[in-house]
Amino acid sequence: MEGGRRRPREDAAALRPALEDFYAEYLGCLNEERFEEWPEFFTEDCLYKIVPRENFERGLPLATWLCESKGYLKDRVVAIRKTAVYAPRYIRRIVSGIRILRQDRDEIEVRADYAALETLLDELTRVFNVGVYHDVIARGDDGLKFRQKICVFDSTLVPNSLIYPL
Amino acid sequence: MSTRWSWPSKDATRLPYRVYSDPEIYEREQERIFCGATWNYVALEAEIPEPGDFKRSFVGDRSVVVLRAEDKSVHVVENRCAHRGAQFCQTHLGKMREIMCPYHQWTYDLTGRLIGVPFRRGVKGQGGMPTTFKLEEHGLRRLNVACRNGVVFASFASDIEPLEEYFSVEILKLFDRVFDGRSLKVLGYSRQLTPANWKLVIENIKDPYHASLLHVFLLSFGLNRADQPNRLVIDPSGRHAAGMTWRGEQKRTTENAEMRSLIEDLKLHDPSMLAPVKEYEQYTIVLMTIWPNLVIQQQSNTLAMRQLVTRGPEAFELAWTFFGYADDDEAMTQRRLRQANLMGPAGFVSIDDSEVMAFVQQGVRQAPEADGVIEMDGAGWEAETPHAVTEGEIRAMYAHYRRVMEL
Repeated sequence: MEGGRRRPREDAAALRPALEDFYAEYLGCLNEERFEEWPEFFTEDCLYKIVPRENFERGLPLATWLCESKGYLKDRVVAIRKTAVYAPRYIRRIVSGIRILRQDRDEIEVRADYAALETLLDELTRVFNVGVYHDVIARGDDGLKFRQKICVFDSTLVPNSLIYPL
Repeated sequence: MSTRWSWPSKDATRLPYRVYSDPEIYEREQERIFCGATWNYVALEAEIPEPGDFKRSFVGDRSVVVLRAEDKSVHVVENRCAHRGAQFCQTHLGKMREIMCPYHQWTYDLTGRLIGVPFRRGVKGQGGMPTTFKLEEHGLRRLNVACRNGVVFASFASDIEPLEEYFSVEILKLFDRVFDGRSLKVLGYSRQLTPANWKLVIENIKDPYHASLLHVFLLSFGLNRADQPNRLVIDPSGRHAAGMTWRGEQKRTTENAEMRSLIEDLKLHDPSMLAPVKEYEQYTIVLMTIWPNLVIQQQSNTLAMRQLVTRGPEAFELAWTFFGYADDDEAMTQRRLRQANLMGPAGFVSIDDSEVMAFVQQGVRQAPEADGVIEMDGAGWEAETPHAVTEGEIRAMYAHYRRVMEL
């Protein structure tokens, strides 16, 4: 943080449009079900988790969904496309309140609220999952990438199954 | 119970679809099964290690609270104040010195005995409870409790056989294989609400037939397949069962030619997710159903209790408690957490099950007059079966079910 590691404060305002764009691209990729492109939003050594709030707040390590590298993300895509059996659905994610908690020369720590809505055949759209993204974004030569994305969701219950990423 | 219908066959090869959606049948199940002479799983002792620790849990659709008293004994009470019926406990886990209902602050000790009623003697000589009111007659409803090697079971019935007898010899042996007396460590929870009748989840585990067909992930990686060695055990009453398998290879053979969904060249981009180590002497997978509300999962290195909570005839909650042993090293804990990706509401394998159970519910709801066919491997069931091409466990369960339900 000291010794010039931290960028000047006015940089936060300059950073915001790029960050907003990054999140819009990320959600666009998922909402349009371009799952093959999804791992490309992450670094090779990324950590991606979907965690119930009850585990997160009690310090229990279990995640509902755990990816410890980009390879894991690709394996999830294989499951979505090839191995899992599930009813057709649309999941639409919305993000709001992007807060920059910290920004260094090489990474940004972000917190943001998200909601995911689910639409199943013959049913009205319902709230599927609501929570907070705990993100660390790497700033590299190839742009912004998630080094860490932890989706902490409020409800203790998942409405049946969690198939698509958040 | 209306008598407009009768069970479609003498044996259990036909299953009337109405058992999955009829509210009268559901009510009778609550009364005779969950509140009847059954031991229901409610907690791991590791969740309530200290005096005053509590866990909110369920027996059928009734909320109960599991408590550790001052003398370290475990008690289970119904989560319902003896006064006006408020559910006094509104959190999953916590600590309390005594139980106090927030409504009129009736207070109970950690075993459920009523110890305080505010304004019992009135205020300024006015009001108050009648002198005939006795605290000891108004405690919380207490359940029978049985603990074995760190696992807590409860029963609303007062005349029920000891837990060990309830399990039977073979099932007890397999239970003790995982719960061998070592201290347990809870790794976390996963809960899902599935739009299907509760019996479907038990049937799903008691159905090794589907595993080789539905689960592309499982069968392609040779984790559980009909052409691998299998052993099934059913207890003498027919209600509990266990399925054991050994891991096989990922290849196409004449034996698995009918498993159309096997993908021979399926490879993980990151194989660390499936890098199990041998942990027990026998079997790589053991899945047990303990009637009526528990599935014990030992799938390679993932250990989990799946507690079934009924939510009306057409929904259930499956509450997964993943755990390890207190003496696990960091690497073993990592393995358990990674392999947990296969299970739960986002599990590579279990997604298929919860989705298909919803498909079944949609179908059986629309035709309560129709029957399912449970005829794979005959009409009866054996205490022990050396293969997976059978529906014997489901028939055994329904033989027991019909006796208890008098259907």
